[in-house]
Amino acid sequence: MAKSQAVMRQPNKINARVRINTFWKSIFFLSTLFGLFVLAILIYRVVADGMAWLDLSFLTSRLSTDPNTAGISGAILGTLWVMLVVIPVTLIVGVGTAIYLEMYAKKGFMKSIIETNIANLAGVPSIVYGLLGLTVFVRLMAFGNVVLAGGLTLSLLVLPILVVSAQEALRAVPGYLEEASYGMGATKWQTIRRIILPAAIPSILTGAILAMSRAIGETAPLTVLGIPALLIPLPGGLFDTFTALPMQIYYWTLDSSLVAEYANLAAATIIVLLVILFILNSIAIFIRNKYQQSY
Amino acid sequence: MSTLTEKGIKIDLQTSQDDKEALSQIKEKSVIYDTKNLDLWYGNSHALKNINLEILENEVTAIIGPSGCGKSTYIKTLNRMVELVPGVSTSGSISYKNKNILDKSIKVEDLRTQVGMVFQKPNPFPKSIYENIVYGPRIHGIKKKAILDEIVEKSLRGAAIWDEVKDRLHQNAYGLSGGQQQRICIARCLAVEPDVILMDEPTSALDPISTLKIEELMKELKKQYTIIIVTHNMQQAARISDKTVFMLNGEVVEFSETDQLFSNPSDKRTEDYITGRFG
Repeated sequence: MAKSQAVMRQPNKINARVRINTFWKSIFFLSTLFGLFVLAILIYRVVADGMAWLDLSFLTSRLSTDPNTAGISGAILGTLWVMLVVIPVTLIVGVGTAIYLEMYAKKGFMKSIIETNIANLAGVPSIVYGLLGLTVFVRLMAFGNVVLAGGLTLSLLVLPILVVSAQEALRAVPGYLEEASYGMGATKWQTIRRIILPAAIPSILTGAILAMSRAIGETAPLTVLGIPALLIPLPGGLFDTFTALPMQIYYWTLDSSLVAEYANLAAATIIVLLVILFILNSIAIFIRNKYQQSY
Repeated sequence: MSTLTEKGIKIDLQTSQDDKEALSQIKEKSVIYDTKNLDLWYGNSHALKNINLEILENEVTAIIGPSGCGKSTYIKTLNRMVELVPGVSTSGSISYKNKNILDKSIKVEDLRTQVGMVFQKPNPFPKSIYENIVYGPRIHGIKKKAILDEIVEKSLRGAAIWDEVKDRLHQNAYGLSGGQQQRICIARCLAVEPDVILMDEPTSALDPISTLKIEELMKELKKQYTIIIVTHNMQQAARISDKTVFMLNGEVVEFSETDQLFSNPSDKRTEDYITGRFG
């Protein structure tokens, strides 16, 4: 006993343990720094290239081949229209699916198959969703490459994310609240509507906003759908052709070998997109903090 | 001796009330829950074995026994909350007011409106005290504010907590102490105007003073309600109940008048348990 105690208390042993701890701490810190460093470079480049081109007329002007007069009002409007489709579709279908799976579906083989597949869908590359949208919405349903087709395709893309996060939100509501409600003779739907959903909504909304930011930034499925970035009329409805911010960035970057200023326009558009994403994420964090309940 | 005086008080109470009410009380002491040959399995595990019990109206029936003996399972079968656990199967029958509640045609919503439940851990909703109490009446379709206000006061008085919370009805129930929260839960249960109140170890998460308050409340409540309580605390069972059930390994070992069970148990296992030799 005394011998082992002496070993354990040797100063050099203690120093070695503390040094190893410090070593790993710095490794983890450097890992964090790496990501931040790359992000800083990206933001610096984008801001340096694009800030000078970003002004009010850039946001409000129509697209043009002349970099000095070109603006992204069409792309902004297109993105807004697409979101007008994505938000209701994903919220209704996504939360509905989550409620069914979490509250109504019986535990068993079928449920686990469905859940596994939804989790797998969340990992399917976005370009595959583009092909799905092209086949079903653009060709089979013959919508063409319009707002509705783009919006539905992006909805499908982000649905699994929302379903999974909404399921987690519903699951996180303590079971004893549910029991209390059932114990008074409430039906399942009354319990869901009055107890579970109100408690889960902050987390569901957080998941929804994160899903929306994913949809706003997606480019690959839109290129497969054949969304143009040409001089098209501004979209005014679900069945109008449109372009979106990431498409604009994509085409300007592609053509920057022809007109050097297009690279700057792309950078300016990236700033706009990043600001929108930043605002969305801030709203998500705000909602989470404001409505977070401790049980 | 104490039981003698308790019975004396009971008789006094009855004679002091209207003749009509006293008469109806005598008449009403009929069987409310009649359990016959009840078996229950969680998957393959046999949790309740051939339970036969007759529980009388307007009495306090305590169920005691070591952890895992099936007492909580049994009480949750009485309002079919046990079905929330996946993989439960039952056989036998439990008639509540002469209807077999294990029958699939019985609506659990209807049963649970008549049979309220108070849980082990105080579980108020994360809402105001007022909203907690009106939850039950609202889900059963009562919308008028005047009626709801009346129910709130009556229920909170019934749970002996009105004086403590009447000035803070619209504050969150989570701001109350554990014992107060549990009385809010009892008030919430009373608001649905049940006939039976099931209590699943209602004081096991509370301090002794809060426990005493709840026990006093139970003595009041039994004048109007049938109470079935699961408890780990044998003194509590002895203090508050008329009848006591002793369960072991999913079986009912002994069921008799509380005084008799604690003073003169007929089964050796009951004696061993209540004298603290196991459990």
